[in-house]
Amino acid sequence: MVAQTRRDEQSSATEARRRARIKEARGDRVFAIVNTTILVLLTMSVLYPLLYVVSASFSSADAVMAGKVFIFPVDFTLEGYKAVFDYPRIWVGFTNSLFYAVVGTTVNVIMTLIAAYPLSRRDLFGRTAFLSLFLFTMLFSGGLIPSYLLVSQLGLMNTRWALIFPQSLSVWNLLITIAFFRTSIPPEMLEAAQLDGASDFQHFFRIVLPLSSSIIAVIGLFYAVSHWNQFFSALLYLGRAELHPLQLVLREILVQNRVDMAMLGDIREMARRQGVVELLKFSSIVVASVPVLLAYPFVQRHFVKGIMLGAVKG
Amino acid sequence: MVVREEHTGVTETTLPAAAPAKSAAPSRKFAYAWKRVRRGWQLYLLLALPLAWLFTFCYYPMYGAQIAFRRFLPGDTLWNAPWVGLAQFERFFQSHMFWTVIRNTVTISLYQLIVGFPFPIFLALSLNQVRRRWFSQSVQLITYAPYFISTVVIVGILIQILDMRRGPLNMALGLFGVGPIHFLAKPELFPSVYVWSGVWQNMGFNSVIYLAALTTIDPELHEAAVMDGASRLRRIWHIDVPGIMPVVITLLILNMGGILSIGFEKAFLLQNPLNLTTAEVISTYVYKVGIEGGFTNYSYAAAIGLLNSLVGLVMIVLARSISKALTGYDLW
Repeated sequence: MVAQTRRDEQSSATEARRRARIKEARGDRVFAIVNTTILVLLTMSVLYPLLYVVSASFSSADAVMAGKVFIFPVDFTLEGYKAVFDYPRIWVGFTNSLFYAVVGTTVNVIMTLIAAYPLSRRDLFGRTAFLSLFLFTMLFSGGLIPSYLLVSQLGLMNTRWALIFPQSLSVWNLLITIAFFRTSIPPEMLEAAQLDGASDFQHFFRIVLPLSSSIIAVIGLFYAVSHWNQFFSALLYLGRAELHPLQLVLREILVQNRVDMAMLGDIREMARRQGVVELLKFSSIVVASVPVLLAYPFVQRHFVKGIMLGAVKG
Repeated sequence: MVVREEHTGVTETTLPAAAPAKSAAPSRKFAYAWKRVRRGWQLYLLLALPLAWLFTFCYYPMYGAQIAFRRFLPGDTLWNAPWVGLAQFERFFQSHMFWTVIRNTVTISLYQLIVGFPFPIFLALSLNQVRRRWFSQSVQLITYAPYFISTVVIVGILIQILDMRRGPLNMALGLFGVGPIHFLAKPELFPSVYVWSGVWQNMGFNSVIYLAALTTIDPELHEAAVMDGASRLRRIWHIDVPGIMPVVITLLILNMGGILSIGFEKAFLLQNPLNLTTAEVISTYVYKVGIEGGFTNYSYAAAIGLLNSLVGLVMIVLARSISKALTGYDLW
């Protein structure tokens, strides 16, 4: 029956579309062309700055300095990437950022899941109160100075944990996860599990978690990206250079224009070094952004779903 | 105290039976509540760590914000610094930077609201008209991408694109005979650089929520309109736009609530001595006064930060009641 009506609906829809196509006025065809053109132009203008940076990173220093690069690499060379490899600060930053992203995201995902599960249970006594406690922090905070003083009182200053503990949980991701548990885990499963004598732990670990891989992918991506990209907390809490994440190193290179040229190993002549420093800016942007940009198309399907969940709830 | 079996073989079905206890005496009400708490002890155990984190890293700093009402000096511990009432706030109101940072913050956020807000809506409406899936998916893939790039890298790219001598934007302007413009050194251009680069970075990602809202519109409305011979533009105007209006209004009001909160990172990274007159916003000023200025200024910086948080809270609560009155939709 259901299949039958669905097929009917489908055929009526296709028929409507066919009729629409016959009727489709010239105005609509013009509209489609204009619409597509605008979208193409818009997409190209979003893409262009990224393309320019990638092309410049593969061009020779002379071509970049002379402003010859527009769309494609000029005088193709890997010199820029050689400079990245030769500049130890970038690799220190890269491995540090990897550490913050992996450890931080693990802590984040665990904290979010163990908070979201009880808060998604309608039979939790005091649920509204707990939820309000979390929600209020989205509206109000003590501000920068008290948080800074707390981190220093806890003795976290100049330790890696300063980038992990203060951001162990994001309330926004918590809300998305709660919405996921509410909408995607059928409540009958809880009843059935309880009838079978399962405890809350068993329901959470054996039934809910195995069904949650898509939400774990979504919040994992959001958390990992925010760890990889974080700059402010590192600026605040980390003075020691060997703890710096990649973003702090990039700030020196890209924004402050501060590159220790002596570190650029075997390259002798000053003029050439200056060119290499310019190239380094482009290649370090690529090296820093590629991990994130590679990861995101794989989870894109999931995160659109995740945002929709958040939007439905939020 | 002897009965311990509650937390092993619990069934949900026993709950409704206990419901009449609501109307019973307070002691029985309490007993009922206690029973529910005991039954869910594993849930509370899971929640314990996140709650401990919440109190330490979110609520304790709110308590610590009281240093805004003290005068913290070298040699003091935080809790024995003398109370000074609202003196730190008065100092800010009388400071020559007060109007500068407020004006800069409000200018940038209003500009951002007016320019940045409509773009994702247009993008979503336009994408929704595309029939070929591969096309709309590639547009989405590309326009979402900048959202995932770090602020430091975004600013680094901006510096390169806007470069005076070899940046592509100035080269392109040169073709039209417009002399090279030092975008980052002109205070009057700072808000534009900030806002338009934000459009570039966030337009795609912010359109997701409108696309989601568009999928909830009943397709029969469109079919009926097609039968009546409505053109595509008319259908967008009379079906799609009204369909996403509640979401638009809600987000617009929420954004207006955040008008005093310009994030730290991008403003800070785009600042230089030449554009500082328009680039100094509240969050960067707090950082410079409090952290770079050293601990004699903690109280003063905390006062500015607290004021900012309080105004933000008031704005968002106001925004919520306006939104509730206008759309009938409660934000929380």
